[in-house]
Amino acid sequence: MNFSQLIKSLIFGVFFGFILVKSEVISWFRIQEMFRFDSFHMYGIIGSAIVVGMISIQIIKRFGIKDLDGNEIKIAPKDASQVKRYLIGGSMFGLGWALIGACPGPLFALLGSGLTIMIIPIIAAIVGTYVYGVLRTKLPH
Amino acid sequence: MVFLAGIVIGGYLGGSLFLNPEPIDISSSTIETLKNLGITDFSGFVPDEIFSWESLSSPLNLSILIIGGFLVGFGTRYAGGCTSGHAISGLSNLQFASLIAVIGFFIGGLFMTYILYPIIFVS
Repeated sequence: MNFSQLIKSLIFGVFFGFILVKSEVISWFRIQEMFRFDSFHMYGIIGSAIVVGMISIQIIKRFGIKDLDGNEIKIAPKDASQVKRYLIGGSMFGLGWALIGACPGPLFALLGSGLTIMIIPIIAAIVGTYVYGVLRTKLPH
Repeated sequence: MVFLAGIVIGGYLGGSLFLNPEPIDISSSTIETLKNLGITDFSGFVPDEIFSWESLSSPLNLSILIIGGFLVGFGTRYAGGCTSGHAISGLSNLQFASLIAVIGFFIGGLFMTYILYPIIFVS
């Protein structure tokens, strides 16, 4: 990665973090609302992000847009035959998401907003990814 | 890593430097339910009762942060993606695998919200 790519990554990160805060999706309470079906907020944000994503993917495919390294963007299809992996892994993620009210991106945005306590779930999450790596061959996929 | 550093800076800009002073407009029904579970702080992005260094002396709060974080990290890698990876990118690319993962997110999330919360937060 050269310097200009580094700067671009950083700018996209800053932009993403800022949007996560301003759309209030980093709020623990917004996640509670979502799982209790008390508000349209999260569904509206995720839904509109999906629509924008669909249009973006079509533009990327039609015009052969390149990534920061200059390679054409190819999105590898996911293997839908690994049902166990998505269902069990997804459920574990959901349990954690509802408990700490944050997924990986928002954890870092919350840390940046001044909540230094977030370093605890961040370290726990990194340990989680490591433990997955250790157990991977023994887990059903 | 640089991208993550960017998110932290973005979080600082949005959540500290240019913080919206208005409290987040949470649905009254959610607030009511959470009050019944013992949550009293609705001022910030997270409730103080769980997310502050002072509350870490409670073994329950410490385990919430550690177990929740662990599940998010483990689950993200096991399922091959998180909210942005599966729910947003995956669904917008019409990936059936992502739909299964999102169903998983809600199985776990609803189980935590409706079955485990009343057990964890006995007030």
